Amino acid sequence: MGKRVAKEVSIAVADAVAQCRVDVIAAYPITPQTHIVEHLSELVNNGELDAEFVTVESEHAALSVCIGASATGVRTFTSTAAQGLLFMYECLFIASALRLPIVMVVANRSVSAPISIWNDHGDIMTMRDAGWIQTFSENGQEAVDLVYHAYRVAEKAMLPVAVNLDGFIVTHVVEPIELLDQELVDRYIPPYRPKYKLDPKNPITVGAIGVPEIYTEARKALDVALENSYRTIVQAWKDFEKISGRKYQPVETYRMEDAEVGMVIMGSLTETAMNAVDKLREEGKKVGLLRFRLWRPFPYRDFLRAIGKVKSLVVVDRALSHGSTGGPVGIEIRSALYQSNKRPKIVNFVAGLAGRDVTVEDFIEMFEKGYTYMTKKAPFFYEIYGVKE
Amino acid sequence: MPKSPGLVSWKKLPIGMFILEAGNSVKFKTGDWKSMKPVLDKEKCIKCGQCWLLCPDMAYSQDEEGYYISNLNYCKGCGICASICPKGAITMVLEEV
Repeated sequence: MGKRVAKEVSIAVADAVAQCRVDVIAAYPITPQTHIVEHLSELVNNGELDAEFVTVESEHAALSVCIGASATGVRTFTSTAAQGLLFMYECLFIASALRLPIVMVVANRSVSAPISIWNDHGDIMTMRDAGWIQTFSENGQEAVDLVYHAYRVAEKAMLPVAVNLDGFIVTHVVEPIELLDQELVDRYIPPYRPKYKLDPKNPITVGAIGVPEIYTEARKALDVALENSYRTIVQAWKDFEKISGRKYQPVETYRMEDAEVGMVIMGSLTETAMNAVDKLREEGKKVGLLRFRLWRPFPYRDFLRAIGKVKSLVVVDRALSHGSTGGPVGIEIRSALYQSNKRPKIVNFVAGLAGRDVTVEDFIEMFEKGYTYMTKKAPFFYEIYGVKE
Repeated sequence: MPKSPGLVSWKKLPIGMFILEAGNSVKFKTGDWKSMKPVLDKEKCIKCGQCWLLCPDMAYSQDEEGYYISNLNYCKGCGICASICPKGAITMVLEEV
């Protein structure tokens, strides 16, 4: 077992990426950045990591470099946030459709305008349809563990993986973190040997045109690959538990056993919400919490199992889907439930935009709304919690 | 155009829709949608090869007499050859259907 060392989470994430023996890192470290790529550039510069560090002229180019490099059969990494992720947008869909196992860490932040550098999920939720595997961490240790997991999954499922951690709240905090021993990492993530790659000795075409007679089939193949990656993802967490002792699953639950009001949440706010659950439980209220660690592919069955027999579900979104019927998570959950026989009332809040604090008291108030609308429908599709009227 | 192979099952597509056979674009005749085609006046042509060099679709090749001739199966009618020709030997004319 490795030693627990106090580290800034961004630095620890970069160290984990280096342990995964990446070959090519491409990044455009515009403000606001994290120390992830900065630390990786130091490792390369100091000769501690044998990798190509490509300083590009934009995030669009950063992901394009990763796509090109990955197609030649090497291990790649990039990291971005907010506007940077949006600037990568068209390349996101190419990376997944070409089935390239790129790993990207996204420090989740709100998108402009107004200009913001703070944390919410406005950036990442725009790429929910991009065909990437997407995981969300709650704290630094989990972010690091999800990086190891990402490489194992990406190269087995042949799909890109986005590992999410909350910007500032997680990226810039100093936390005791245990990195795996290098020997274990090497066993968990063996050298990458793709079946096909760009190689002058054996030329192939990557990124050909998809005429109407074939586009539908190409997209179907990607759709099935993402759906099937679920098993790979779960298995990789089981394998990870064997080497680290840390157990992960697609949906994390907290005191959900006999809950009548459940809360759905993602990312680092979970730890605050847990405190609200504890307080309400002390008052005898049967409340519980569930958190999506895996967001794509959507863990439908785990979700249905996790909600048990709740009468209402308070869904806390960290992003808006303007003009729609809910926050991105709220929409997903209503759709998933409609295919099942479970019919809890849904109370969808959008909270904590651009780093606005969401306190234990706020979560208690949201839980209370869950009780209010346990027997009757909430009179709104979603509500922006705490907005000043 | 080659005969359409019809629909192919998604299960049979190589991963990422890679094309594993090199040089396969020869089979896909892309020249059928041009509106203008190049016509060479051999009287003026000095066989300098500028058209061959600059054709973005590599549609030009040399014939037995050394003239550069565009293969209209691949020519998309962009007109670069006509515009670059130092002797004005290439004229773009309307493609008759």
